[in-house]
Amino acid sequence: MENPIIELRGLTKCYGSVKAVDDLNLNIQKGEIFGLLGPNGAGKTTTILMMLGLTEPTAGTAHVCGYNATTSPIPVKRKVGYMPDSLGFYDNMTALENLMYVGELNGIPQAEIKERALSVMRMVGLENEIDKKTSAYSRGMKQRLGLADVLIKQPDVVILDEPTLGIDPSGVKEFLTLIRQLSRQQGLTVLLSSHHLHHVQQVCDRVGIFVKGKLLVEGNMDTLSKNIFERKSFEVLVTLRNNLTLPWEHESEFLQLDGVKQLGVNEREITVTCSHDNTPEIVRLFVLKGYEVMGVQRKEHGLDDIYQKYFENSLN
Amino acid sequence: MSSFVVSFRKNTTENTHVPPSTPFWVMVRREISSHIRSWRFVLLLGLVALTFFGSIYVSFGNIRDAVNNVKDPDHLFLYLKLLTTTDGNLPAFHVLLSFLGPLLGISLGFDAVNSEKQNGTLVRILAQPVYRDNLLLSKFTGSLVLVGVLFLVLTLIMVGAGIFVTGVMIEVEEALRILSFAIICVMYVGFWLSLSILLSIAFTQPATSALAAIGVWLFLTVFYQIGISMVVKALVPNTSIMSETDILSYNELLFRLLRLAPSQLFTDATTTLLMPSVRSLGPITMEQMAGAIPSPLSYKESLMIVWPQVSGLIAATFACFALSYYLFMRREVRS
Repeated sequence: MENPIIELRGLTKCYGSVKAVDDLNLNIQKGEIFGLLGPNGAGKTTTILMMLGLTEPTAGTAHVCGYNATTSPIPVKRKVGYMPDSLGFYDNMTALENLMYVGELNGIPQAEIKERALSVMRMVGLENEIDKKTSAYSRGMKQRLGLADVLIKQPDVVILDEPTLGIDPSGVKEFLTLIRQLSRQQGLTVLLSSHHLHHVQQVCDRVGIFVKGKLLVEGNMDTLSKNIFERKSFEVLVTLRNNLTLPWEHESEFLQLDGVKQLGVNEREITVTCSHDNTPEIVRLFVLKGYEVMGVQRKEHGLDDIYQKYFENSLN
Repeated sequence: MSSFVVSFRKNTTENTHVPPSTPFWVMVRREISSHIRSWRFVLLLGLVALTFFGSIYVSFGNIRDAVNNVKDPDHLFLYLKLLTTTDGNLPAFHVLLSFLGPLLGISLGFDAVNSEKQNGTLVRILAQPVYRDNLLLSKFTGSLVLVGVLFLVLTLIMVGAGIFVTGVMIEVEEALRILSFAIICVMYVGFWLSLSILLSIAFTQPATSALAAIGVWLFLTVFYQIGISMVVKALVPNTSIMSETDILSYNELLFRLLRLAPSQLFTDATTTLLMPSVRSLGPITMEQMAGAIPSPLSYKESLMIVWPQVSGLIAATFACFALSYYLFMRREVRS
């Protein structure tokens, strides 16, 4: 099996008596988009800083691209592009100068530095704002510039800390699409931290839920929801053309269906709770009884529910 | 022949290939360029230049009297006279500089680290493949290079103007003395620079660190002297019943304590360098003076006198800088 590009082993960080990160084990493979999901103060940024060797772990090791991040941070930083959550640029310099400065720090030869800066600016869609001072940039533009800043060093791994913070919804969608596109085109490994479930859901191959310094669960969306809602029942919402008259004459017949536990009737809408997914049988019975079915909705459990569920568990 | 051409071509391409400069010098360059473009530096430059040209103008007006004053053993050092002569209205440049130097150092360094941290640029830069200490060192070097160039330019302007106005060539000894004066000025500013960088690491708000640095400066220039003389006065018994050697030893103690302040070190060092006839920085007994001809010292001897002062300044600078290293290397970078 291929070696993971990011490998965290028993990573722990204490601030005084507070454990910010508690015995974290995580493997991320090359080319993957991994979402680190957790509420504020869960220890996401601390974990990221330890991966870059900017903070020393109390215990455990972080290996990135084969290097130990704590003892040899320079080769790690050469391969990893990091976009912090509070992005700042030198306001007295233009966007291009800011980018070229970072390029120079990464030892890009003088001859190609400008060309490369221009090409990444084009990539993130800022080609018309090259000579603007960064103080005149909007939040969304800064975020894009931050991405350009990460890409100019042509990294193997991109770590984005709350990249969607403070951008409007359409901007977020665009930004995430861009990240996904770049990852797929260039084989970049992306680690994305966020507390916005939907954003992570949109782009990540795999998600880890991180609460109070602990990684509660990791896996892709399907396995996550399966894990939690295995025991929980399914709900099917059926909408009819005409209102039902109460009491409902066919109620008992529906309750006799395999696995059906409960029926809820609200004018034209019937909620069927069952122990397993038997939507087809339910719909067939409705048709058989001569009801005009307008719509059937299987209630799926999104990340919201997963998140909520884990938070409840962690709070108890 | 063709192989020769090929090898030549190879050589030229190798020569024209510019290797990427190390991150440290890239950072120094950015530091200098951001200072030069800032209003802060323009204001300081104006202030220093105004002081310099003001004092030089005054000394040009009085240079004839100063050089003709045969009682003064230094009267033949034309260029040193240009730097030190006054008419009593405006202090000499080196005296003004003991006030302006701290201002220059503090204002170049007070927000070195904390403003970067607040703007969020610190994390971004440290996430690049650079050593953490290089950031600190580049801040110090960048500002010091700027100050060094500033003083070198001012000195050269002074010498040039002197040659132009008087037509007297500068002597080697004068040139050495003036150059050492410029170097000591840079060191003095360097001390305040490293102190203010230290404070910029210790405090998170630039305003706080600026205020703290100005506080230290005021304390050392105004209150320290008052405090020391008060303490010594309280310690010293009635002078009328003391022997001469006792008075001398108390005086020595007073001077030693005063020299803990960098501004005193700077004043001592520059005075000795710019006035070759200054033989000692402490009190001299009559026996020591007996037989001494009031003549200027050689450059080497003046330098010997100020050497403790110079090493004191360097030591203070390094102490501040080492402390900043200690604080910064283990500091959490997140804001």
